[in-house]
Amino acid sequence: MAGRTQPVSSWPGISAAALVAALILGTLATVGLRAETSGGFNPSDWAALRFTLLQATLSAAFSSMLAIPVARALARRRFRGRRVLIALLGVPFILPVIVAILGLLQVFGRSGWISDVLGVFGLPPIQIYGLHGVVLAHVFFNLPLATRLILQGWQEIPAERFRLAAQLGCDGMAMFRLIELPMLRRVLPGVLAVIFAICLTSFAVALTLGGGPRATTIELAIYQAFTYDFDLGRAALLSALQLALTAAAALAALKFSRGDGFGAGLNRAIRRWDGGTPLLDAFWIIAAATFLLLPLASVVISGALGLFELPTLVFRAAAISILVATISTMLLLLLAVPMAVSAATGRYGIVELCGILGLAASPLVIGTGLFILIRPVANPAMLALPVTALVNAVMALPFALRILVPAARDTIERHRRLALSLDMNKRTFFTRIIVMRLRPQIGFAAGLAAALSMGDLGVIALFADAQIATLPLQIYRLMGAYQMQAAAGGALVLLLLSMGVFWILDRGGRWHAEA
Amino acid sequence: MKHLAIAAGILTATSAVAADKPQLTVYTYDSFVSDWGPGPKVEEAFEAVCDCDLNLVGVEDGAALLSRIRLEGENTDADVVLGLDTNLIAAAKETGLFAPHSVTADYALPIQWTDDTFVPYDWGYFAFVHNADASAPANFRELADSEAKIIIQDPRSSTPGLGLLLWVKAAYGDEAPAIWADLSDNIVTVTKGWSEAYGLFLDGEADMVLSYTTSPAYHLIAEEDASKAAAAFDEGHYMQIEVAAKLAGSDHSELADQFLNFMVSDAFQQIIPTTNWMYPAVTPSSGLPEGFDTLVVPQKSLIIDPSEAATKRDEALSEWLGALSQ
Amino acid sequence: MLKLDECIISNGSFLLNADFEIETGAKVAVIGPSGAGKSTLLETIAGFRDLKAGQMHWNDQSMTTLPPGKRPLAMLFQDGNLFPHLTAAQNVGLGIRPNGRLSDEEKEMVKSALHRVGLPEMGTRKPAELSGGQQSRVALARILVQKRDVLLLDEPFAALGPALKAEMLDLVADLVAETGTTLLMVSHDPQDALRITEQTVFITDQVAHAPVATKQLFENPPPALRDYLG
Repeated sequence: MAGRTQPVSSWPGISAAALVAALILGTLATVGLRAETSGGFNPSDWAALRFTLLQATLSAAFSSMLAIPVARALARRRFRGRRVLIALLGVPFILPVIVAILGLLQVFGRSGWISDVLGVFGLPPIQIYGLHGVVLAHVFFNLPLATRLILQGWQEIPAERFRLAAQLGCDGMAMFRLIELPMLRRVLPGVLAVIFAICLTSFAVALTLGGGPRATTIELAIYQAFTYDFDLGRAALLSALQLALTAAAALAALKFSRGDGFGAGLNRAIRRWDGGTPLLDAFWIIAAATFLLLPLASVVISGALGLFELPTLVFRAAAISILVATISTMLLLLLAVPMAVSAATGRYGIVELCGILGLAASPLVIGTGLFILIRPVANPAMLALPVTALVNAVMALPFALRILVPAARDTIERHRRLALSLDMNKRTFFTRIIVMRLRPQIGFAAGLAAALSMGDLGVIALFADAQIATLPLQIYRLMGAYQMQAAAGGALVLLLLSMGVFWILDRGGRWHAEA
Repeated sequence: MKHLAIAAGILTATSAVAADKPQLTVYTYDSFVSDWGPGPKVEEAFEAVCDCDLNLVGVEDGAALLSRIRLEGENTDADVVLGLDTNLIAAAKETGLFAPHSVTADYALPIQWTDDTFVPYDWGYFAFVHNADASAPANFRELADSEAKIIIQDPRSSTPGLGLLLWVKAAYGDEAPAIWADLSDNIVTVTKGWSEAYGLFLDGEADMVLSYTTSPAYHLIAEEDASKAAAAFDEGHYMQIEVAAKLAGSDHSELADQFLNFMVSDAFQQIIPTTNWMYPAVTPSSGLPEGFDTLVVPQKSLIIDPSEAATKRDEALSEWLGALSQ
Repeated sequence: MLKLDECIISNGSFLLNADFEIETGAKVAVIGPSGAGKSTLLETIAGFRDLKAGQMHWNDQSMTTLPPGKRPLAMLFQDGNLFPHLTAAQNVGLGIRPNGRLSDEEKEMVKSALHRVGLPEMGTRKPAELSGGQQSRVALARILVQKRDVLLLDEPFAALGPALKAEMLDLVADLVAETGTTLLMVSHDPQDALRITEQTVFITDQVAHAPVATKQLFENPPPALRDYLG
C-alpha cells in the first residue's frame, strides 16, 4: 500500500512510535550511563537466557496452539452466556501476578483442588512445580489473550467466504485449509510474538511455578543486578538483551505475517456455514473455561471472605487506581490510534516494532531510568501517578495495536477513494472516519488498557511515597502485613473493578456502532 | 473530574511542606510506611516532639533501599535511611554516604552492638513457621531427612531468603552445600518475596515456610489464633538486625540525630512489636506485648559479622545455586 | 472539454493507451470486454492512478498531477459510496464541506438535494436503514451538491434490479442535463449505454478509442465489439 496517496497522515503515528522508542531506549541508556562498573554477563546469566528462551517459546507455542480450537469453537457457536464467557476469559490476563499465583496454586498446587480430588481416589497430588508448571501458568495468563486475538481474526473473515466454501461443498478440513489457515497464517505470528515477549519478562511466576533457581529468568537476573549487586551496567545489558530478543521475535513475526487480509466483505448478516462438530467445539469451550475459571473461582472465594475485613484505605487505593487507569487509557489511545493508522498505511514494521518493545522493556529499567531523568527536575513522588500511567500505557500498546491495526487497514482501504474524491483532508478523515469507524476496536483496546493498568503494579513501587498507593500496591502491602485475607478481598475488588472498566469501555465502543 | 480532584488533593497533601517547619526525610522500606506498618504511628509520635515534618518515603525492601541511596548518591533527599540490615551494612558503609551517630542505648540485642554508623531499631530470628499441631524438625539435618515440605524465598530478591542462605552458612560453614543438596527435595518452591511464600503456606501448599520466630505472635495477637508456631533449631537461628543511619550530606543533621535518638526511645520502640512484628532493639519500659512470651527463643544466636557478610553472601549464593539447580 | 493527450496507463503488466477528447456536457459510455480496463481508465481520470506517460486536461488546465479531490470531477464507485456511520444528510453534506460544519444555508442545499432525488424525509437515516436504491439516491444527492464539471460512474448501480437501475440512470440523465455536467460512465450493458449516452468510448486491445456516436456504434459495430456483444 506504500507509495499510494493516503487519505490520512502517517506522521502522527510515526512520531508516537518514535516517542515510545525514545522512552524505552532512552531510559535504558540512562541506566547504562549511570553504571559505575563496566558490567558484563555472569556465567549464570547464560543459564538464565537459555531457560528464558525455552519457557517463553514453549509458553507462546502452547498458548497459541490451544487458543486455535477454542477461538474456532467460540467463533462458530452461539449460546447463552457466550459474551459473558468471552469477557470472563480475559480476566486472568489482568490479574496482579501475586494474586494469580495464589489462585493458580489453589487449584493446581500440591494441596490444591485437583490434588484434593485425586487424594479422594488415593492418587498422589499433581506435581506442578517445574518447567511444565511455568508453561501452565503462562498459558493460564495468555490463552485468553491469544483466544481473543485469534477470535478477532475469525470474525474478520467475511461471512461470504464461508458461504462460498459451503456452496462448493467444502468439508471441515477443506474449509480450514481454504479460509481459516490463511487467516491463521496472518494472525498467529503476531500472537506468538506478543506472548513470547510477555513471557520473556516473566519473573515471579516463572520462579514460583518453576520450583526454584533452575527457573531463573533474565528479568530475575536484572532484578538481582539492580538490588542484590547494584550493578547497573549489567542490568542495562541484560535489559538490552531482552529487547533484542523481542525485536528479533517481532521482526520474524512481521516477516511471516505479511499478506493482505480478506478484503472488505459486504458485511451482510449471513448465516455462517462453518458448522463443524458441535461436540468437539463444546469440549474445547468447556475445557478452556474450566481451566481458566477455576483459579478465578478460587480468587473469588478467598476474596469474598476478605471483603468484610477490607480497610477503607483499600477503597481510596481503588479510587487512585481508577484515576491511573483513566490517564493511562487516554495516553494509550493518543499513542495507539495514530500508530495503528501509520501501520495501516504501510509503516507497519517500524510502528509494530516500537509497539512491541514496550512489552519487553523491564519495568524496573524503565522505572529506574525515568527516576534518574526526573529527579534533577522534579520530585519523583510527585509524578508517581502520571509516570505509572505512562508506563502502563506503553505496556498495553502492543495489544492495542494488534486490535486496532487490522480494522484501521480495512477502514482506510474501504473509504480511501471516496474520501480522496471528496477532497476530505487528512485530519477530518482521521477524526470523522477512522475514529468513528474504529469505535468498537478503540473501545476494546481502551477496555483492555484500563484493566491492565488497574491490575499492574507497574513502576508505582519505585516512585510512590506512603500516601499514594494504587490498589495492587495496597494489596501487596496488606500481604506484607500478614493480612492475607484482607489482601484476598482487595484482589476481588481489583478483579471486579478491572472487569467493570473493561465491560464499560468495550460496551461503550460498540454502542450504536454500525457495521 | 472528581477523580482528578481527588488525585490533586492527594498530590498536594503529600508534597505540602509546612513552610515554617523543617522537613526530615526518612527513606525506608515499603512495609514500614504502609498503613499497617509502624510508619503512621512513628510519624505522629515524632512530629509531636520534633516541631518538624517527618516525610517517610517507602522503597520496595531493604536491598532496594540501599540501591536507591546508591542511585541518588550525594544528591539524595534522604536525611535518614531506616531499614537496612546487618548484611547490607558493609556495602552501605562503602558508599561513604553515611555519617557516624552519637546514640547510646541499653540494647536488648543478643549480641553486643558497637557499630559507630548504624543504629539498630529492631531485630528478629529467621525461623520455619509451621502449624502448631504438626511436629517440627529440630534442625536442618532432621528437616532434610524428613518428608516435610518447605517454601523458601529467593536470596537474590528477598531479605528472608538471603537470611536463610547465611543461616545455613553460619551454622554449617563448608558443609552448607551438602545441607542444601539434602534439603532440595524438601523445597516445594522458591518465591520472589516473603508474601508469596507466606500466602502459599497459609493456603496449605507446604508444611513450613521460612519466616521469623515472631510470626506466630501476629496470628496470636492480631487474630487470636494460636495455630502457628516457629520451629526451634538446635544449631541456632540466624538473626536479622534492622538498622538506621544518618546521611552525611543531610541538611538537617541535628534533626536527624534527634530522630535516631527518638528511634531507640520508648515512644518508637513500643510501636515496633505489633506493627513490624519484630523484637524492639530496646525493650520499652512497658515490656513486650502479651503473646511475645509464648514465642520460641533460640538457644543460640547466629550472625555473620557485617564485614564478612558480603563475601560470605556471594560464596553462599553460588553454593545455593549450584545445589538447587541440579 | 476533457482531453487525454497520448496517455499511457499502467496497472501492473497491463497497459492502456488513451488519446481522445470529450466535449463539455457530453454523455459518454465506456464499453469494453471484461478486463479491458474500463474501471482503470475512470480511476486514472479521477486521479487514483498515476499516468505512465501523457497529459490530462480539463478546459486547457492540466490536471495530470492534481490529487483526486482537487480535480473538477466527482465519481461513484461500484460500492462504498457512503460512509455507513453517517446519516444520509451528513453523507450529502460531505459533498459541500468535506472538512467542516455546514452553515444553515448549506444545510438547506442538502435538504433540497435529497428532495430532488426523491428522499425528502430520509435525511436522518443511516445507510443501513435505507434500501439499495435509496442508498444510490443519497450518493446522487451528494453528487448534486458537489457541483463538479464531470461525473464518473463506475457501475454504481450494478447491484440493483433492471427496473431500479433504469430508474437510477434516468435520474442521472436528468441531473446531468439540469447541471450541464459531463458524464462518463462504465457499462457492460449496451442498453444502459443506449439509454442515456450519446457517445461511447470503446476499449479493446489496450486502446481506449475516441468517442463515437453510441447509436451508430451499436448499429454497425466493429469486429471487436461484435465479438464482445456476441
